[in-house]
Amino acid sequence: MAANTGTVVELVGSNEQTILPEWVDLQKKAGSLQTGRISEGELLSQSREFLHLLRDGLARGGTDASNPAYGPAKQLLADISRSRALQGFSPGETATFIFSLKQPLFNTLNRNTALSPAQASELTWSVTLLLDELGIFTLEVFQKSREEVIVRQQREIAELSTPVVKLWDGVLALPLIGTLDSQRTQVVMENLLQTIVETEAQIAIIDITGVPTVDTLTAQHLLKTVAAARLMGADCIISGIRPQIAQTMVHLGVELNVVSKATLADAFAVALDRTGRAVIKLRKTAAGSDKNLKPVEKGL
Amino acid sequence: MDRIPILKFGNALLVTIQVDMHDRLATALEEDLTSKIVEHNAKGVLIDISALEIVDSFIGRMLDNIAAVSRILDADTVVVGMRPAVAITLVELGLSLTGVKTALNVERGMELIKARLRTSDTDEEDDVEE
Repeated sequence: MAANTGTVVELVGSNEQTILPEWVDLQKKAGSLQTGRISEGELLSQSREFLHLLRDGLARGGTDASNPAYGPAKQLLADISRSRALQGFSPGETATFIFSLKQPLFNTLNRNTALSPAQASELTWSVTLLLDELGIFTLEVFQKSREEVIVRQQREIAELSTPVVKLWDGVLALPLIGTLDSQRTQVVMENLLQTIVETEAQIAIIDITGVPTVDTLTAQHLLKTVAAARLMGADCIISGIRPQIAQTMVHLGVELNVVSKATLADAFAVALDRTGRAVIKLRKTAAGSDKNLKPVEKGL
Repeated sequence: MDRIPILKFGNALLVTIQVDMHDRLATALEEDLTSKIVEHNAKGVLIDISALEIVDSFIGRMLDNIAAVSRILDADTVVVGMRPAVAITLVELGLSLTGVKTALNVERGMELIKARLRTSDTDEEDDVEE
């Protein structure tokens, strides 16, 4: 076995000049360069470096991919796989990098006439096992990197989509965008309560214009938020329930026992009224120039 | 056994909970408060829980009970200064204290009680200092 791997090491070492171009050609044929995410030079240098590390691994660790001698080669694979995952390569494209090495290696083995057929097939088998294992490793890293990206994006979305805005002294707005699950409700609730403490707000307007669907669970989450705000001494108004959502809610039998208004503007008017304020028009202006300054009617 | 002091101002009672509540203390407070409401003919009860960091279901129910008892005795209960974490805990426990009035801080709570005293002032001939 040692002698066999020695042969492979020798073959890989002495035939680098034929293996490398063949390998890169195959990768190009498989479309690695078509997407334009990686340059030919980059591909060539990655391939060359991996081939060197693979040779070192073969020399010191045989064809057992779990041998620590393959550490550097695996590290390189992990780096390549991770960067490709971030660049948006598909799993297939990423796996091609390692699997397309098979053919050049086998060609080299076949060209070597010094090997008996039995030896050649044995070597082919062990090299196949090695490359398969490295390929699986590549895909695992790829998958993990993609999952990391997704987790990061989820976190960013959660942070971005839960702002608490101060509309006026004592009036807060909470424009919700996206689906409300229990995890996000928690974030929303914490943000809202913290801001209520900081701004001494009396009224919070929860605007759900950006919430695509309201089912019983979402409604429950909304009610929880409203209840928590009430415990802190702030009243909540829900605004921005779209017609279809209102219909769905009625059909589902969801009840929101909270003051609700169709638009944020209406809710704001109520909030001003409750805090003893009103928006008035100071003078007549050109039509339409300041629509939002029309006086608040009594009894809204 | 120590007890939580109940202060009287005008027609209202003020309770500031400064220590961690244990169950017996809570029961004692409930009893004391009930008798004080009758004794002073109080129309409002202000409970400040801003120093309370941990609230369990028992304390939550105690607050609800106090509110219910006060309502029977014609007094409004206002709970003030609840911390965000406490509010979230209570909601998760399913205790939204619907019978209790709430306010952000003592100042706001006082305003609520004063408003109540003012309205009851017009009905009854009780004299209340401003």
